[in-house]
Amino acid sequence: MTTPTIVLVGHGMVGQRFLEALADRGVTERARIVVLCEEPRPAYDRVQLTSYFSGKTPDDLSMVEAGFLEKHGIELHLGDPAESVDRAARTVTSRSGRVFAYDSLVLATGSYPFVPPVPGKDARGCFVYRTIEDLLAIEEYAKTATTGAVVGGGLLGLEAAGALKGLGLDTHVVEFAPRLMPVQVDEGGGAALLRTIERMGLSVHTGTGTQEVVTADGAVTGMKLSDGSELATDMVVFSAGVRPRDQLARDCGLDVGERGGIAVDEQCRTSDPAVFAIGECALAVDGRVYGLVAPGYEMAQTVAATLAGEAGEGSGFTGADMSTKLKLLGVDVASFGDAHGTAEGCLDVVYSDSRSGVYKKLVISGDGVLLGGVLVGDAEQYGLLRPLTGSVPPVSAEQLVLPAGAGAPVALGPSALPDDAVICSCHNVTKHAIGQCESLAEVKKCTKAGTGCGSCVKVIEKLLPAAKDKGLCGCFSYNRSELYEIARTLRVTSFAALLDSHGRDAAKGGEGCEVCKPTVGSILASLNNGYILDGEQASLQDTNDHFLANMQRNGSYSVVPRIPGGEITPEKLIVIGEVARDFGLYTKITGGQRIDLFGARVDQLPSIWTRLVDAGFESGHAYGKSLRTVKSCVGQTWCRYGVQDSVRMAIQLELRYRGLRAPHKLKSAVSGCARECAEAQSKDFGIIATANGWNLYVGGNGGATPRHADLLAQDLSDAELVRLIDRFLMFYIRTADRLERTSTWLERLEGGLDHLKDVVVHDSLGLCDELEALMAAHVEDYQDEWAQTLDDPDRLRRFVSFVNAPDAPDPSVRFTPERDQIKPDLTFLTLGPTNATLEGASSR
Amino acid sequence: MTTLTTTTLTTAMLELSPSPGSWMTVCEESRLTPGRGVAALLPDGRQAAVFRDRSGRTYAIDNRDPFTGAQVLSRGLVGSADGRPFVASPLLKQRFDLETGRCLDDDEVAVAVYPIRAV
Ligand code: SRM
Ligand SMILES: Cc1cc2nc3c(=O)[nH]c(=O)nc-3n(C[C@H](O)[C@H](O)[C@H](O)COP(=O)(O)OP(=O)(O)OC[C@H]3O[C@@H](n4cnc5c(N)ncnc54)[C@H](O)[C@@H]3O)c2cc1C
Ligand code: SF4
Ligand code: FES
Repeated sequence: MTTPTIVLVGHGMVGQRFLEALADRGVTERARIVVLCEEPRPAYDRVQLTSYFSGKTPDDLSMVEAGFLEKHGIELHLGDPAESVDRAARTVTSRSGRVFAYDSLVLATGSYPFVPPVPGKDARGCFVYRTIEDLLAIEEYAKTATTGAVVGGGLLGLEAAGALKGLGLDTHVVEFAPRLMPVQVDEGGGAALLRTIERMGLSVHTGTGTQEVVTADGAVTGMKLSDGSELATDMVVFSAGVRPRDQLARDCGLDVGERGGIAVDEQCRTSDPAVFAIGECALAVDGRVYGLVAPGYEMAQTVAATLAGEAGEGSGFTGADMSTKLKLLGVDVASFGDAHGTAEGCLDVVYSDSRSGVYKKLVISGDGVLLGGVLVGDAEQYGLLRPLTGSVPPVSAEQLVLPAGAGAPVALGPSALPDDAVICSCHNVTKHAIGQCESLAEVKKCTKAGTGCGSCVKVIEKLLPAAKDKGLCGCFSYNRSELYEIARTLRVTSFAALLDSHGRDAAKGGEGCEVCKPTVGSILASLNNGYILDGEQASLQDTNDHFLANMQRNGSYSVVPRIPGGEITPEKLIVIGEVARDFGLYTKITGGQRIDLFGARVDQLPSIWTRLVDAGFESGHAYGKSLRTVKSCVGQTWCRYGVQDSVRMAIQLELRYRGLRAPHKLKSAVSGCARECAEAQSKDFGIIATANGWNLYVGGNGGATPRHADLLAQDLSDAELVRLIDRFLMFYIRTADRLERTSTWLERLEGGLDHLKDVVVHDSLGLCDELEALMAAHVEDYQDEWAQTLDDPDRLRRFVSFVNAPDAPDPSVRFTPERDQIKPDLTFLTLGPTNATLEGASSR
Repeated sequence: MTTLTTTTLTTAMLELSPSPGSWMTVCEESRLTPGRGVAALLPDGRQAAVFRDRSGRTYAIDNRDPFTGAQVLSRGLVGSADGRPFVASPLLKQRFDLETGRCLDDDEVAVAVYPIRAV
């Protein structure tokens, strides 16, 4: 018996998924698999295409795990598309003239971007947005452009517009329909989206078509719009929808739909039983061509199952849900189920806040079943709402759309979901399947959930048993705040003692791990206030704390001296400049109102710091989970609006809390009036001046999940302010979990802000004396870690690149020039001389 | 008795074998803080990461973090999982078994292990 041959045409997202599905079912062992790939590279993540502009390399985007093709003996022909199919002879001929005989042929040719047939569409400066090559071309052309226009205000158009904006262009979006994203969102959602996007500086022209691309010397100079106006632009990106790539199928006489798409049945078989079509090129039995990746994946599974001979009843592809959640230009947009409310007799519940650009609509049937919805500006609940679609939600619809904090809190967690609720729509994974796994890593490996768009990860994490075992890590079944209490009350002063007495049985006597060591190190440091790098403490700290500097990607370190309140004398600025110049360091003003010096080798840190300490600088603790900066505005001294001296207060607070070890980093800011130039409301503790004193806000956060701080107390005197912050910080340090910022801690705290007020303002737990005493001890014992280190030859001994060659600099830390400064030489690291030796010597 | 043990400890030298049959001196054993590592430069330009655990056992693996290419494994934290010692890379935190060099978070990756002894 000869081995059957399966030929796959198109190695895109769905094609790759199909190959994986074949491998999972062992088909790769029984059949010869040939893949014809038009693009010059193997399948990559088209959904994440735009992340190329935020620094992802084409390699990062690859979807093919190293060794996958070799391991399964799959023949991949890059840059060699299929040109024709001879169905009678069952052969495919490629562009290079190779002929492949097949037993089964699978077409996964995807789509091509539709370019409206307007004059000038082929001019230099016109682009589409589909492949890595398209992006490379756009990036190159944008270097000489100042303005860009995107034709199409749908999902992809907005993504392309965001990319152009990111490349520094003045960006226009031209959309024929009267609103943005006409397919996914309704009128109200489109309006909310429009306002937010305009606020970001993009110009949006809705309700108008593109009539002509205006050119000069064969290059784009502008666009004529159907409303008669003209738009000057240096480049045009067409993103006016996609069309299925069905030409190959047409040419060999397979049935295609009236408006395109290769017609298939439930098993994804075309009109020729030996030929299948999957993904964006296929026209499914429900008469739709799906432009999303999840339905394509389902088709891939269906065909793989058929070819493996396991297809039984009901395993076909009959249609899919078009739910989507995206982050467009930083704005969350989600639509799911019957988003447009087309079902008969359905009703809707709408929440709209045009000030903050939030719009939420739920579509509900007459008997209360959730049918679908649209979320713009705040799609936090998408992960929960989508799986609830088709059932009666356990709380009222109003509660589901109201923002947290308004009205009754919604007690709806993922535990409320039914077992068969689909949690990951990219990979069609149910709550039940996720419940079988122990960790996020396992979920990703076994079910692929969370590896697509990633929007379901938050919900997955809440469903994992790890969330039920509140233990810190594999070594301790206690969480951080419990360990803090144990260490405090039993006066435990060493990690080993804590591990051997309170660790999990299997971990007792062991080494601990990279999670509990720094956590316990931080607890011991906040309780004992000593120098953190002596004795056993030295072995607990992450490398950043160990070398009192932040490790960078090539193993060099950054140096951040403290600049309290952002105030600095010219003399000190000169010293920083001189140090940077003399040691050849890259210099950057940080987002925290101070200066970061990058590219120091570990053996240079002591000499750098000797110069800085001599000039009166001290550690800025940029490496520690401790106080970072207290930013300030110029305040009353200079600013015509200022009502208090915000700089003085910022410096006072920064000096008071410097060096304080906490569960996570702490940031603060002081603004001189309500105009809030220091952005105090985005800080862990933020202070805003009033005519009568200071308002204290707590629990603010920037970062990935920004949160505005809550007002804790008003019109405080200097002394009242400091006392309240002392209590607040110590209460947080005592009760928060590992790596829990004040924002998440406050949201988790039972009773929330009211409880916090009770404890730190009204002293309801009678704790305040103790909290203040702990802080007083910290302030008293504070010493600059760098000065202490430089004073002690023993402590300095660790700052060498090599223990056996203390004077040799590490030759692998190399730099290349960029914009008159240096940057790490990463090519050298990946091609490093040790590479070859390593491969040979490794135990692989 | 105690004095004797201490003396032996401080004078014991660690030796590492960069290639079969040859040994080179790294440093005094006492230079190593339990739970932390140091880097050593090998004659051919490679780098080794040398560690000591709580019980005093020493280990040597290649210093190059295969995930980033940086020579940093010596600066990671030592831990143990299921009784086996590992180091977590200080950059992206992947863990490597100190006895076999295998990456515990990716079956496909491993680093070289060097024989090490105290003399
Ligand atoms: C240098 C700097 C960027 C810059 O060039 O401006 C920076 C750089 C880093 N930030 Fe940041 N952040 C910097 C300001 C900020 C700000 C803005 C601010 O402080 O006003 C934010 C948002 C505000 C906030 O934290 O709430 C910010 C939010 C983050 C986050 C997200 C925190 C969160 O709660 O979501 C991380 C990740 C983390 O800490 O886990 C992070 C982590 C990092 C790390 C430490 C990443 C790492 O682990 O290597 C970067 C190391 C810098 C280094 O090696 O020296 N950085 N980072 C800024 C240093 C300020 C300073 O002087 O200390
Ligand atoms: C910027 C962008 C963002 C997106 N965001 C999302 C999102 O958030 N969510 C979502 O669900 N979807 C999103 N999509 C859509 C998603 O990428 C597609 O649904 C998915 O890629 C379809 O997979 P496919 O394999 O069918 O087609 P493709 O990934 O396009 O692969 C088809 C491949 O076949 C090749 N090919 C064509 N003809 C031949 C031939 N004759 N011979 C050989 N090879 C051939 C093509 O070159 C291509 O490489 C996005 C798309 C883009 C461009
Ligand atoms: S916050 Fe007020 S006082 Fe401070 S700079 Fe801005 S306007 Fe001036
Ligand atoms: S929903 Fe996209 S990865 Fe799970």
